[in-house]
Amino acid sequence: MQHDSYSNAYILSILRSVRTIAMVGASAKWNRPSHFAMKYLQEKGYRVIPVNPGQAGGEILGERVYASLAEIPEGFEMVDIFRASDAAGGIVDEAISLQTEKGIEVIWMQLGVRDDAAAARAEAAGMKVVMDRCPKIEFGRLNAELAWGGFDTKVITAKRRRVRLA
Amino acid sequence: MSRNAKREGDQAPDSYGFETRMIHAGAQPEPVTGARQTPIFQNTSYAFHDAEHAASLFNLQTFGFIYSRLTNPTTAVLEERLASLEGGRGATCTASGHAAQLLTFFAFMEPGDHFIASTRLYGGSITQFGKTFRKFDWHVSFVDVEEPEAVRRALTPKTKAIFVESLANPGGVVSDLEALAAIAKEAGIPLIVDNTLASPWLCRPIEWGADLVVHSTTKFLSGNGTAMGGAVIDSGGFDWTAAGERFRGLNAPEPAYHGLAFHETFGDLAFTTHAHAVGLRDLGTTMAPQHAFLTLLGTETLALRMERHCSNALKVAAFLAEQEAVAWVSYSGLPDNPYHALANKYLPRGAGSVFTFGLKDGYAAGVRLVEEVNLFSHLANVGDTRSLILHPASTTHRQLSEEQRQAAGAGEEVIRLSIGLETVEDLIADLSQGLETAALAARRAAV
Ligand SMILES: Cc1ncc(COP(=O)(O)O)c(C=O)c1O
Repeated sequence: MQHDSYSNAYILSILRSVRTIAMVGASAKWNRPSHFAMKYLQEKGYRVIPVNPGQAGGEILGERVYASLAEIPEGFEMVDIFRASDAAGGIVDEAISLQTEKGIEVIWMQLGVRDDAAAARAEAAGMKVVMDRCPKIEFGRLNAELAWGGFDTKVITAKRRRVRLA
Repeated sequence: MSRNAKREGDQAPDSYGFETRMIHAGAQPEPVTGARQTPIFQNTSYAFHDAEHAASLFNLQTFGFIYSRLTNPTTAVLEERLASLEGGRGATCTASGHAAQLLTFFAFMEPGDHFIASTRLYGGSITQFGKTFRKFDWHVSFVDVEEPEAVRRALTPKTKAIFVESLANPGGVVSDLEALAAIAKEAGIPLIVDNTLASPWLCRPIEWGADLVVHSTTKFLSGNGTAMGGAVIDSGGFDWTAAGERFRGLNAPEPAYHGLAFHETFGDLAFTTHAHAVGLRDLGTTMAPQHAFLTLLGTETLALRMERHCSNALKVAAFLAEQEAVAWVSYSGLPDNPYHALANKYLPRGAGSVFTFGLKDGYAAGVRLVEEVNLFSHLANVGDTRSLILHPASTTHRQLSEEQRQAAGAGEEVIRLSIGLETVEDLIADLSQGLETAALAARRAAV
């Protein structure tokens, strides 16, 4: 699959099916981008489990931090990689080795993170892959919230969105 | 050309055509009531769910409204629509076109900094850049951008941007955007294009390498002469971090947000986020929601109006070119115009509807013509449904020196027209009788 652009339907299918996300590179510092993304995704109802060897044993936004994907005791459907591109390959290989045990279905690499070879390995193992995107921005875009900041969501529809009662 | 070809063949899977987007982009049915036309959120402030929600909003950690000086739901619809029509990542609307220019430079100019601007600009922009910006210790060099070497020579270590109009007011001059984008790229600075007179239906500067596009939405975008407004559209393509020390406003820790660095945190959303969260927050040059609504109504018919504006203008220009009393016509849609090739490249759908012509009998004949016509409104605006006529030397370009007026294409003998949507034969008949009367008066005065 090409990874230069994604259809809205592809991104939506991922954001709708995933419930639990392992976030590699999550930071405890409130003004880091990973912290922004984790907090937002929690607000939207996802469980986000932080992975960060430097902060293992600690807590971020109420969740215990693990040193690696393998150490997370529960299952998770998506791995969100908040690391430089050259670190992505190793994380993807770890995820492939844990795929059945943890139930991993999606590899997501953050804005600016791209490793086409690693993506091909994950796809060969049957996982869906998104690269160079942020799940917070994509959720906000498809939920019409990104538009509030003046951005082009590329969502064109005359359908009335359903408002869920809280 | 290559850029256009790439866009055409490489469309995003969910992209729609221009006319579809000018009606639908940004505007889904309002989810709570189902209201189909965009509601006017005549409202200043927005309720928080709880203290934590408020904190997330103030920290820019979540999307949402706080206070209408920064963002407003009606204005946001217009911003998304303009971003979509220009092919940009995001847009920020402002109280006027001049406010959009101020907001744009404010994002990255520091005291002592410098930028390059074309000599052929709307007179108000020449005054804003050359006089008022100097009070902020921002400096401009006005350069003839038709000479690439002159632009390169004007670059200094403090130069932060190049600013041009795609189709220049008032002269009917077309800028070579692709060549200018290459110079800006080499220098590691953004190319800013004022696309007011072309509108995104005729020209999309981002497709030719522009980094930022500004508009006076007062003109063709609202289209009916109803609402002041402006916008800056960010392509999302400029690398503010690679540009280093010179662009600290966008890549260095921002003290007012506890050290958050905009480009690192928001990626290609950085400029537009900064323009709202810092620019509008502190300059307060916000578009009113009522004006956003009126401008949205205008954008819904943009392509149809521009087509007729252009075809009427071409007929009027061709008529004027044949008149005895007319010395020259500067409309790039005419085949013998020096900018015709550039117009074919950058404005293939039409050369706009604002242009100038010169009267052989000079200043006096100009003033007489302006007073003699019946359908053309004598006023200082462009881009209205109505046809407009003006003598720039005594109005919009009055604050400039004679030398600056000549360089801007607004000399003493020059008349500017903004051709509207009336029956074109009526416009031609009106000008015809006006020219005759003006020439007669000039002959009598000469006797
Ligand atoms: C090309 C151009 N840019 C900018 C402006 C300034 O816009 P505003 O009058 O909305 O401040 C104008 C207004 O005439 C214009 O024609």
